[in-house]
Amino acid sequence: MRGIVIKETDTTKAPVHSGGDRRLVAGALAVALLVASPVLAIVVIALSPSGDVWNHLVTTVLPGYASNTLQLMIGVGVVTFLIGTGCAWLVTMYAFPGRRVVDWLLMLPLAIPTYIIAYVYVDLLNYAGSIQSVLRITFAWEHKGDYWFPEIRSLGGAIFVMSFVLYPYVYLTARSAFVQQSLQLIEASRTLGHTLGSSFLRVALPLARPAIAAGVILALMECLNDLGAVQYFGVNTLTAGVYSTWLHRNDLGGAAQIAVVMLVFVFSLVLIERWARRGKRFIQSTGREQAPSRKRLLGARRWIALLICLFPIVLGFAIPAGVLVVFALRRFETQNIGQFLSEALNSLTLSVLAACIAVLIGLFLAHAARTSRVMPVRIATLAASIGYAVPGTVLAIGILVPLARFDNSLDAFTREVFDISTGLLLTGSMFSIVFAYVVRFMAVSYGAIDAGYSRLSPNFHMAARSLGRSPIGALKDVQLPLMKPAIMAAALLVFVDSMKELPATLLLRPFDFDTLATRVYTYASLSRVEDAALSALAIVAVGIVPVLVLNRTMSLATAGVAQIHEISATDLQEAPTRRA
Amino acid sequence: MNICTRCIVYYSVSILALIFMLSLFPAKAQEQVNVYSYRQPFLVEPLFAAFTRQTGVDVRVIYAKGLIERMVQEGRNSPADVLLAVDIGSLSNAVIQGLTQPIVSELIDVNIPRSFRHPNNHWVGLTSRARVVYASRDRVAQNSITYEELAYSKWKGRICTRSGQHVYTIALIASMISHHGEENAKEWLRGLKANLARKPAGNDRAQIKSIFAGECDISLGNTYYMALMLTNEKELEQKEWGQSVKIIMPNAADRGTHINLSGVILAKNAPHRKNAVKLIEWLTGAEAQKIYADVNHEYPLSDGIDISDMVASFGDLHADEISFDEIARYRKRASEIVDEVGFDEGLSF
Repeated sequence: MRGIVIKETDTTKAPVHSGGDRRLVAGALAVALLVASPVLAIVVIALSPSGDVWNHLVTTVLPGYASNTLQLMIGVGVVTFLIGTGCAWLVTMYAFPGRRVVDWLLMLPLAIPTYIIAYVYVDLLNYAGSIQSVLRITFAWEHKGDYWFPEIRSLGGAIFVMSFVLYPYVYLTARSAFVQQSLQLIEASRTLGHTLGSSFLRVALPLARPAIAAGVILALMECLNDLGAVQYFGVNTLTAGVYSTWLHRNDLGGAAQIAVVMLVFVFSLVLIERWARRGKRFIQSTGREQAPSRKRLLGARRWIALLICLFPIVLGFAIPAGVLVVFALRRFETQNIGQFLSEALNSLTLSVLAACIAVLIGLFLAHAARTSRVMPVRIATLAASIGYAVPGTVLAIGILVPLARFDNSLDAFTREVFDISTGLLLTGSMFSIVFAYVVRFMAVSYGAIDAGYSRLSPNFHMAARSLGRSPIGALKDVQLPLMKPAIMAAALLVFVDSMKELPATLLLRPFDFDTLATRVYTYASLSRVEDAALSALAIVAVGIVPVLVLNRTMSLATAGVAQIHEISATDLQEAPTRRA
Repeated sequence: MNICTRCIVYYSVSILALIFMLSLFPAKAQEQVNVYSYRQPFLVEPLFAAFTRQTGVDVRVIYAKGLIERMVQEGRNSPADVLLAVDIGSLSNAVIQGLTQPIVSELIDVNIPRSFRHPNNHWVGLTSRARVVYASRDRVAQNSITYEELAYSKWKGRICTRSGQHVYTIALIASMISHHGEENAKEWLRGLKANLARKPAGNDRAQIKSIFAGECDISLGNTYYMALMLTNEKELEQKEWGQSVKIIMPNAADRGTHINLSGVILAKNAPHRKNAVKLIEWLTGAEAQKIYADVNHEYPLSDGIDISDMVASFGDLHADEISFDEIARYRKRASEIVDEVGFDEGLSF
């Protein structure tokens, strides 16, 4: 039996306007251009001739950067896939002690940024770290040659550590795909003689493929973007190459050129993802779900299932969070609490602003995309999402260029006309950081909102219109209320991602301005991880909130990360009652 | 829900408007000076605090990397008055990018010797630092060493370093090019790479920790890191690491130890030029130089200021006499050599 693929039906499509609403199309293009302007700036810089750098890079380090990046991505892809889908399958299909708790605990590592987990594990596992030191004392080893211990500052170390915080992306998407698959399909496959295990391989996995692919790709994007962690591991990826080319070699052109190579990586990922779900919609065949009938595990097997699920939680959350708590307690007296609070406030303000703006733009783009399915709008949504692919370091430069140019032209203009200098209006203000966050996380917001939108039947819109609502009125009174969960998910995801964001914040911030993330980085780069613990814990704590919320409305998690297009029969049934 | 959506919209719009208005009317403090700093806050904050106490001039700072690029983009409206940099590379790069103006002050000319200033005072040095060898007290017997011998096979598997692309390493390699020519410098770097105990990573402090733990026997680093660890009464483990390591001044008997400098430039479009010059003058003055020497254990440049006892205990510094200009000139080539040798990939273990 081959994987069941239900061909696309037309029910999800909005009526196709021949040319789309012109104003909407123009608006979408304008917004997209604004959001994509930093990326365009980078491409322009890369294409401007800058001497013989490109040749030097290609003949020396670039192949190494690219191959490191590729290996890291393959490694993280495989490990996150195995952990994510494995645990998701166990949790959805089997009953074992602690299943409910493990179910949401598995999402917790999402709260830990890659750079923080890297600091913790390198500190713990390097040669001079506590674990090896204890081993040496216990066994009276003296030198490096006396024993073998895996080198944490290596590609393998990076894959291991990053996978254990990135697997939740796969877990979330795989889990909701499994939950939403009709259990009847699984049951059918079992009546045809398959065990639960082989049903997994033959039915569930192929059905969940697009969702899982989306999750893996998100994890890979994160790892492509990461700078703090790979630097700590001494793994020279493309991102690390961009950073050192720009900041150590003072070669912006070369940095932009490497960044463009990265864009190629990202585009391939996006294309793979689109290809994976091309022409396939996964439709629930029944209305309301019956409660899943989980297979009860007995004897040793139930404890093995529990252990398998606990393993990533311990490595991805319990250990790093525990270490941070110990560090924070040890350093608590020397902490400057006032300073800590003001940094926390800065982080919060920036992230809330970014979340609001990203949601507004995301709503607008999703609306445009859903009501006028024309090429320019598709390009606009793609362009607006591109920032997610650009590492923060590069983005910072991409943002400086257009912002400073805008400020300087405005200044020149007002000097000319009014004889007043406006100076740098936006550059070096909080605005530039918020702008960076919006550009960077637009894809997250748009993805979540668009997925929410796709769950709505276009019939609502048409019904509202035929009842005399204007297009905007229909959106406001009918679609928005129904999309509330998706909007919340989008806002939360952008908020948490902004809290964690490091490189762009570091490079764009105004005078005397620190956030939790920049404080963590400052200490960690001085090899003083312990002093960073309190701020790091605060970031983790904030990151847990959406995990809890997402857990409550689990279906949102799909909306949040996966952009899976499915028709929700639930929505169709609920809508009339709400209207009444 | 409708109301809520609306209030979210209104809320965000009004906050945006507020930010916009705030940026229109920047808080114009009476007297201020804006600093872009490559230096870490821990090192320079005490200096700024003392300066503000004495002069009443408020110092506003951004600590970050990439500040030169930021100044380039900000152009004539850049708010930066001065830029503090940690090596000759950044200083000369700022000059090349046209971000500087001559720092005209007789006081500074008196305070800082000519060899630590740009010929036209486009940059001025504040402190110097020696790139020395950290060696294990237990496992390294010799008390003199040369940079050149770090490439000898007797050190195989015994050396740790930080990244080859780090500005401190680049400056050292540039000085090797200046002394021995490009080919020999490259050969030397190849030899150094062959002796690495692990992949280049971490900062200078991390190298000392690695020696303490026995991962390697020698490394390269700046003197003040070691001094800061040895005087760290708060984190005693750091002191312990430092005590397991001794400092050897390389090439003390012949051409001298490689030195780099931290310094300052005056921004071409400095909006608070007068205060900026006042700050720079103050940083070259006796009080600031003494803080640099005593608190941060760097080599002060101003005559008549003593180095700290700790730094004195490291031995006499016989500094390499090639000019900073020369080092700056070979930086690009040095950085390319690091890539050509594949230094940062380390050995494959």
